[in-house]
Amino acid sequence: MTEQAIVETAHSSDANPVGEARSLGADARRALARNPLFWISATMIFIFVLMAIWPSLFTNTDPTEAVLSQARERPNSEAWFGRDIQGYDIYARVIYGARASILVGVFTTLFTTTIGAALGITAAYFGGWTDSLISRVTDIFFAIPLLLGAILFMSAFPSSNDPYFVVVFKVVAAISLLGWPALTRLMRSSVMQVLPNDYVQAARALGASPWRIIRSHVIPNSLGPIIVVATINLGAYIALEATLSFLGIGLQPPVISWGVSINDAIVGLRTTPHMLFFPSLFLSLTVLAFIMLGDAVRDAYDPKTR
Amino acid sequence: MPEVILRATDLVKHYPIKAGVLRHTVGHVKAVDGVSFDLHKGETLGIVGESGCGKSTLGRVLMRLEEPTSGSVDFDGVDMFQQSGSAMRRLRRDIQIIFQDPYTSLNPRKTVGDIIGEPFEIHREVVPKGGRKKAVQDLLDVVGLNPEHINRYPHQFSGGQRQRIGIARGIALRPKVLICDEPVSALDVSVQAQVVNLLERLQREMGLAYLFIAHDLSVVRHISDRVGVMYLGKMVELGTEDEVYQRPTHPYTQALLSAVPVPDPTLRGKREQIVLSGDVPSPANPPSGCRFHTRCFKAQDVCSVEEPEFVQRPDGAGGHRSACHFAEVRQIVPTSDIPTREPDEGRGSDGARIGAGAPPEDVPAPGVDERGVIDPTRPAADYQIGHDDVAPEPRDRQS
Repeated sequence: MTEQAIVETAHSSDANPVGEARSLGADARRALARNPLFWISATMIFIFVLMAIWPSLFTNTDPTEAVLSQARERPNSEAWFGRDIQGYDIYARVIYGARASILVGVFTTLFTTTIGAALGITAAYFGGWTDSLISRVTDIFFAIPLLLGAILFMSAFPSSNDPYFVVVFKVVAAISLLGWPALTRLMRSSVMQVLPNDYVQAARALGASPWRIIRSHVIPNSLGPIIVVATINLGAYIALEATLSFLGIGLQPPVISWGVSINDAIVGLRTTPHMLFFPSLFLSLTVLAFIMLGDAVRDAYDPKTR
Repeated sequence: MPEVILRATDLVKHYPIKAGVLRHTVGHVKAVDGVSFDLHKGETLGIVGESGCGKSTLGRVLMRLEEPTSGSVDFDGVDMFQQSGSAMRRLRRDIQIIFQDPYTSLNPRKTVGDIIGEPFEIHREVVPKGGRKKAVQDLLDVVGLNPEHINRYPHQFSGGQRQRIGIARGIALRPKVLICDEPVSALDVSVQAQVVNLLERLQREMGLAYLFIAHDLSVVRHISDRVGVMYLGKMVELGTEDEVYQRPTHPYTQALLSAVPVPDPTLRGKREQIVLSGDVPSPANPPSGCRFHTRCFKAQDVCSVEEPEFVQRPDGAGGHRSACHFAEVRQIVPTSDIPTREPDEGRGSDGARIGAGAPPEDVPAPGVDERGVIDPTRPAADYQIGHDDVAPEPRDRQS
């Protein structure tokens, strides 16, 4: 037995036990499962999503049934959240209003994240003039205020008699059009942090194609920050949708949405505040739930906070 | 002399310095500035030099991770920088790299099996699909890791184990040349010895040629057959391990060697030490003439005007290449080589030195304790394992 053979056998046998296979993702999921914030926010989001998919699970009342004789009624045993100025049941309208908010939030997040990630990766990976071009265009879009731009977009394409989903997707388009630059910048910077790593160089040295490097090395290692921000943004997009609807240019009646309900409630701000309170409460809770989830996900995926 | 596998000719890599609003080029960082050398089959060529001398850039250019500004590399009869597309991809099977930092060289989101299996995914023709898992497990076994750990993730391993994973990935395609970019610099001294021994064993078994880039003179001496010394993007001295370490002719090499700590208390204070003044000049604006003249203790007027040629210069025993107008031998390191190789080991059939043999059981190698761990308190130069042809006499009588 030569000395070096002894060294090597000794090394492999006395190597500290590495335990069972644990991926970084599994570690993060485990940290997430231990976080009460995650369970609270996940439960809330689950309920809101259920409301959006299957509102009749929560109420039997038709949200479009106007009982004018009972208009502005305060909360009572029959109409739990009272009735609004048209005599609609506020509880039913709040339940049915979740659909529009969740749809806008989810699809806007989906679009902005996809566009942002794709442009960010392209800019950072290929660099040079591609990077300059994408970065400058991003800067231009970044300079336009999101709300102002969305108002302009919605005024340019007014939706009066469009079907439900067309109206919803118009709002999605308005927000997505100006929402992607922040995510592009974020993705670009996180890809730029991944690229100098030796494992990317090793893949290049092996002759891997750019697509392979992006797919198997760059994306898995740079997606963390954008997922966190996207989760937080989802809440912000829902609030933005409500803002647009409140201003009367987002979703419009007969579409039922929290923003529309808040707008309707303004007339009785002092005399019948319950009309304003319940849609606002649900809106705030949804936004809060997504922001809390974003925080929990960040804590789990960012090793620095552990 | 064994066959040349890789020949670099006048390699130059300049990085442009951009400034101003229009990003125009105002100068160049001359990271590698005209380096030529040959690498023979199965040998180890060590490249030493201080930080920023361009040795890592040299490795990256040879891997074609960076395109050279000029110069050429002839790899096994093929001009490497003229290849493109699939020809270059094929060529990459024969030349691989292992990196310095085992913490950034492995993708944290991939299992060890995926990492070592990636070469087979990219070069699908090497191993048929069904045999890849087996091939990966064999590689893990070769580098001394448990083949059952194929589904573990890099963060579950120690630094030395991670470096072994990097080595397994590097040798997966059975390359002819492995560029080792400071492969042990980030490791503990005890782990360094294990990794160096592993590299030597792999060289013996696979006939690999190493370009071993490092700044640790003792590690380079231990593993290298020939050594090149770089200063500010230039090769200043190149010769066999004995020539460079025992008969250095370039003042920079002499200064480097004199800085090797000698912890032997009886030698303390008796040794001559060359202390260089100042810092390495900026590679963006290197000194005229000989680049070392600003810090050289031998510098004369001619040094700042005329660049010394990198040619064969006498060293008292044959001579080797060095770039100094006033090259002369100066004994620096008081080493006493002890032949520790078993008689049946030694030079391979191709004449190259293929790995250090293990010492006979009853004579432990100096500086290496029973477990093969390098003793940091021993003279660094002592744990190099000598050649058979070097007499075990005190150095002063030999030269």
